[in-house]
Amino acid sequence: MKVSWNRIIGAILVGIVLLFVIIGVFYTPYDPNAMNGAAKSQAPSLLHWLGTDNFGRDLLSRVMEGSRTTFFVAIATVAIGGTIGTLVGALTGFYGGRIDQIIMRINDGITSFPSILLTLVIISVFGIGKYKIIWALGIVFIPSFVRVVRSEYMVQKEMDYVKTAKLMGASDVRILFLHILPNIRPILVSTITIGFNNAVLAEAGMSYLGLGVQPPDASLGRMLSEAQAYLFSAPWYAIAPGVMIVITVLGLSLVNEG
Amino acid sequence: MKNKHFSKYLVMFVILVCTVALSGCKGDKSQENTNKAPTTDDTSSKESGQDADGEVTPIYGGSIVVGITQDLDSLDPHKAVAAGTNEVLFNVYEGLVKPNENGDLVPAVASDYQVSEDGKEYTFSIREGITFHNGDAVTAEDIKYSIERCAGLLEETDPSVKVESALSNVKEVNILDEKTVQLKLEKGDTEILPYLTCAIVPANYDKLDTQPMGTGPFKFVSYAPLESFIIEKNEAYWGEQAYLDQVTFKISANTDSAFMELMAGSIDIFPYLTDDQANQLPDTYNIAEGNMNLVQALFLNNAAEPFTDEKVRQAVCYALDRQAILDMVAGGRGTIIDTNMFPAFTKYYNTDLTGTYDYNVDKAKELLAEAGYGNGFTFTITVPSNYQYHVDTAQILVEQLKAVGITAKIQQVEWNGWLEDVYNGRNYEATIIGLDSNLAPRDSVERFVSTAKNNFINYKNEQFDETFAKAIASTVDEEKVEYYKQLQAYLTQDAASAYIQDPPLLVAVNKKLAGYTFYPVYVQDMAKVYYISE
Repeated sequence: MKVSWNRIIGAILVGIVLLFVIIGVFYTPYDPNAMNGAAKSQAPSLLHWLGTDNFGRDLLSRVMEGSRTTFFVAIATVAIGGTIGTLVGALTGFYGGRIDQIIMRINDGITSFPSILLTLVIISVFGIGKYKIIWALGIVFIPSFVRVVRSEYMVQKEMDYVKTAKLMGASDVRILFLHILPNIRPILVSTITIGFNNAVLAEAGMSYLGLGVQPPDASLGRMLSEAQAYLFSAPWYAIAPGVMIVITVLGLSLVNEG
Repeated sequence: MKNKHFSKYLVMFVILVCTVALSGCKGDKSQENTNKAPTTDDTSSKESGQDADGEVTPIYGGSIVVGITQDLDSLDPHKAVAAGTNEVLFNVYEGLVKPNENGDLVPAVASDYQVSEDGKEYTFSIREGITFHNGDAVTAEDIKYSIERCAGLLEETDPSVKVESALSNVKEVNILDEKTVQLKLEKGDTEILPYLTCAIVPANYDKLDTQPMGTGPFKFVSYAPLESFIIEKNEAYWGEQAYLDQVTFKISANTDSAFMELMAGSIDIFPYLTDDQANQLPDTYNIAEGNMNLVQALFLNNAAEPFTDEKVRQAVCYALDRQAILDMVAGGRGTIIDTNMFPAFTKYYNTDLTGTYDYNVDKAKELLAEAGYGNGFTFTITVPSNYQYHVDTAQILVEQLKAVGITAKIQQVEWNGWLEDVYNGRNYEATIIGLDSNLAPRDSVERFVSTAKNNFINYKNEQFDETFAKAIASTVDEEKVEYYKQLQAYLTQDAASAYIQDPPLLVAVNKKLAGYTFYPVYVQDMAKVYYISE
């Protein structure tokens, strides 16, 4: 496989972000939630590399902590959406028939709502909070996986290797998950990457609206939301989490699309 | 959905990042503003800075936009619960009497009144020639109907009407003649007058919910939920005419978005500036400073574990460094309070309670240990998300409570959810909110009587209930004052809630305007605002 420059740059960006998050697990320069009245809204300096917010909290520490929260939500969301979506997609794509038609129509129905709106509806039922947002986003992410996986299974089930396996008497479960699944890996991986990107942005969007992660905990969206009031007096507050989101999404997109 | 949605989110954030980048250029400018001393007077000043310069000629006419940050809960003045609604409806409705900017009650729909010596009979004369906004004269029937509606005396009362418990003392409302109405009370009560600010509405008019009609200096034009409430000048007003032709109360989702509109110049007056926002204000605005006359507190649900234990509540009080809170959220402005009354009630406010719960971590830990919570506990603070001030306060409290081992979590809810679950449903552990009050001292404390409908913290103290009954019954002024001070003392000693402050009120007023007036109650009086000549 020819390695493109885009991929390399993307990998570097993702690497930086990952390093940042991993360091954040073990070490942050300050307690991300510790307030310091004497150091309110300070511009970036040697003491506070990314500056401080309106409570005097260190922004570097908060971005580290916030990225971790955001990534956790994104990974969990993709895990829920991806697992259920792949399962449903595989079954419907493989077996087809009336059930497939019904499920796909439901799927179309869900997809026809804007995803933010749908998330809001689910949140209004579940309530708000970090774990609830994971479920809400997870559910919203299911249809995209179902669609991709189903169409792959429909193509794959007509392939010779599947027919051969059937003739050899392999069980459906074996064919579904041991024969076909590995063969759709490339498309699944890219769906997951895109899904992860969407989930990072969706978490940021939801927390920005005050529906996701609750204060004082940091998440990238939550930080942007808080920074909004200080765009004019302390622009570095919004820049830190904003740039973090852009780097993450850009890096992953570059890796994925080459 | 993948690529389409991905790009949608990306566009959203690219825009955001661009905004950030652009704002970088403006940074220096706002820094200058910070250094400029904003035009502020001391808290006792009643008028915005412009008037202090003198030589201002008011101009009649023009229209303005006033920013508010919460939707109106009802257009019917007898159903509205939220302070944010009443402050707006103040322009449309009047009671028999109404407060002026000094906190005195002046005759409004009534032109004058007499009180019998035992305080049992109040006789009101209806103002000559006063009309509702549709031109109909205000009749004695209208007044009887309005008072009875407020007092819950009507045979058929709409269940959503907020019955004023202080008016339950009204035995009957009699029409003596076309121009005179008499109130008869069960017991003598010299304190009922502030409750007769209850809006006078046309009798049996069934469109109060959609077409408010009162006697105030402004009349209703239109209301779009979550958008705006528009009023226009009432040319036939009995008193001093309003200067402005039209006022639009623009409803923003939160202070941030309202401030954005302020920066863009689409709002002329915005009454809820944060300290940081005040420092960023463009120089086309003046800042008027007053007190909000609110009791901001971490209200504790006395019926929810572990706040059922007085010691736990006291521990929470000791754990709060309130000066640090003021410094953090209010730039050091604001007034620390120790009980459920704000200092503007100078006559009744119990100053002896000051310092009861001075910041003391050790004491807090000790009390927690005594209560059996030596290892701390976890609870949730429910905060209405439209009040950034309360959300910010909550964040600081969370940090401060950590020091004594208490883990607090914040749960943001939207305003209607807060009213439903917290205020009316009492289904919460702790909340931060600002309580407003009528001009009567009883209004600040009456809600803590154990049977009060709006006792949302579930406070129960028999002595309190008894003392309150005595306070109401008393007709001797000094005695009354003593009772009220005692009531406040109960609230403080029992640590009914952790009282924080009377927040500062910073109002951004367009420099072209003057006459913005602070009241000791929570109102936005637009009748006094005017454009100044160039």
